Amino acid sequence: MMLEPGQITAIAGKEFRDRIRNRWVLAVALVFTAFALVIAYFGAAQQGTVGFASIEVTIASLVSLVIYLIPLIALILGFDAIVGERERGSLDLLLSMPITRLELLLGKYLGLAAALALSTVAGFGLVGMVLLTGFDFNALFHYAGFVLSSVLLGMSFLSMAVAVSVFAVDRTRASGLAIALWFFFVLVFDLLLLGALVATGGHAGGEIFPWLMLANPADVFRVLNVFSLDEVRSLYGLSTVFPDGLAAPWKLALVMVLWIAVPLGIAARRFGR
Amino acid sequence: MESVLLPTLEPAADHGRIARTTVEPPAAAAIAAGADPIIQVRSVVRDFGAVRAVDGVDLTVHSGELFGLIGHNGAGKSTLFRMMLGLLAPSSGEIEIDGCRSSARNFRNVRRRIGFLPENVVLYDNLSALETLQFFARLKGVPANACAPLLERVGLEGCGRRRVREFSKGMRQRLGFAQAMLGDPRLLFLDEPTSGLDPEAIRHFYATLRELRADGVTVVLSSHILAEIQERVDRLAVIARGRVQAVGSVSELRDRADLPIRFEVRVATQHFAAIRDALGHLPVLSIEARGRHVAVQCRKDAKLAVIAALARLGDHIEDISVREPSLEDVFFGISE
Repeated sequence: MMLEPGQITAIAGKEFRDRIRNRWVLAVALVFTAFALVIAYFGAAQQGTVGFASIEVTIASLVSLVIYLIPLIALILGFDAIVGERERGSLDLLLSMPITRLELLLGKYLGLAAALALSTVAGFGLVGMVLLTGFDFNALFHYAGFVLSSVLLGMSFLSMAVAVSVFAVDRTRASGLAIALWFFFVLVFDLLLLGALVATGGHAGGEIFPWLMLANPADVFRVLNVFSLDEVRSLYGLSTVFPDGLAAPWKLALVMVLWIAVPLGIAARRFGR
Repeated sequence: MESVLLPTLEPAADHGRIARTTVEPPAAAAIAAGADPIIQVRSVVRDFGAVRAVDGVDLTVHSGELFGLIGHNGAGKSTLFRMMLGLLAPSSGEIEIDGCRSSARNFRNVRRRIGFLPENVVLYDNLSALETLQFFARLKGVPANACAPLLERVGLEGCGRRRVREFSKGMRQRLGFAQAMLGDPRLLFLDEPTSGLDPEAIRHFYATLRELRADGVTVVLSSHILAEIQERVDRLAVIARGRVQAVGSVSELRDRADLPIRFEVRVATQHFAAIRDALGHLPVLSIEARGRHVAVQCRKDAKLAVIAALARLGDHIEDISVREPSLEDVFFGISE
């Protein structure tokens, strides 16, 4: 099927402008800024100190924040993308336009993704400017990697959210499903993994453990950020379970891209019927 | 019930037409003569789970026609619209719009020439009227400067910068209509277009429809109020329980339904027996007396004979009023 880029950008433009106009982008950017500043300042409190620590420790702290916050925000942003239009009654009018269902879906996703990416980059960029004044190029590189991977994390959960919005029959169920996904990937998944590992005394599944982590974009994000930081890698104990070969940033980034493409592809298949 | 609609019914006798004032729109004859069909619905069925919303519909709408779909809520009109727009696939049967199957991959090109006003149109509250039109104009590939004149055409001039949130139901409906006219469509689908409009706006709406029709635009509109569209459409289809119960011009439907004519007779004294005697030999359907009021029902072809018989009763009768079957009666007679 031929895609018409003009139709995709028309939909994406509207979604993006809507989020700018209702100050969603601004609000989320400020939330990121505020949380990040607090965490950067108090992040080392467990070690008995406060104040801005090294960039590696700061990033490690920020990762813990982002892993909770961004999936939640992305899921809330996207869960009603399609089902919301359907429930309000505006979907028929949209689809009566010379637009294909795939173009509509992609337009929705890209517009929302742009809004989320902008607030992520703006929010953490602002914090970055505060944190990085005295740091070197290496620190900047790590921080940029953190921001970029945060954007990817957001997009992967947004992709799941848009899929939810296609499958759910109404908004209420869509929101329930979105929250369930958040619980599963952010809270339950690691617990299950860890539980399985401990229950088997670490003997069974040791080799597939890292692969299982790839089945969760939140974990991929964590590995992506933490593995490259020598200072915190041992803190997480990752080096013991995660093979070097799999931890190459480009491989992990590729997995993230898959986490964006696959849910969206499933959604497109379902929506296109 | 459906037997009265069989096409084998012959046209009513000429004397049955005396009281008729319905004016046949001039284009109807030309259309009947075989103008090209722009919409062809063939044996279309649509099921939603166990519910059959559309049950074997065949329909042809000709180019340039103003066609009405009449039916109660839930009769299947909106489902039919959605299928004609290719928003919903028929469970079986097929629909061709302007020579293109609605299930075809290139149907989007047909949609460029179609305007659609959904039932209870929902627009975006956070956009202004002008932004709303510009958004849809972009999707339809229509230049943005076409939007302001359309607002004027539906009587929303001066409201372009106002948010849709502040609009009344009628204003939203008008904005929806402006949206449907974007890009000078050849074919307009209007689902309950006058709901929420006040009488003045309804007149304005139909005036616009006449202009569009004069430009050769084909219009399919639905309504559950027959009285409103009866004089305005070239032909109409009565839809009930997912089926086309009857299709034709209003006068054709009236002839075909052949509903009884009702006489309300006020008699001078209790002369019920005299009336019954006078009408006894005529093919009346019923005679009911209630005090000094007698109601007589007969078929259209017996109408003049009944009038003559009543007239012969002279002084026994104070007053006679004749009630022709209204189009609502025709509609309900057909659809129930």
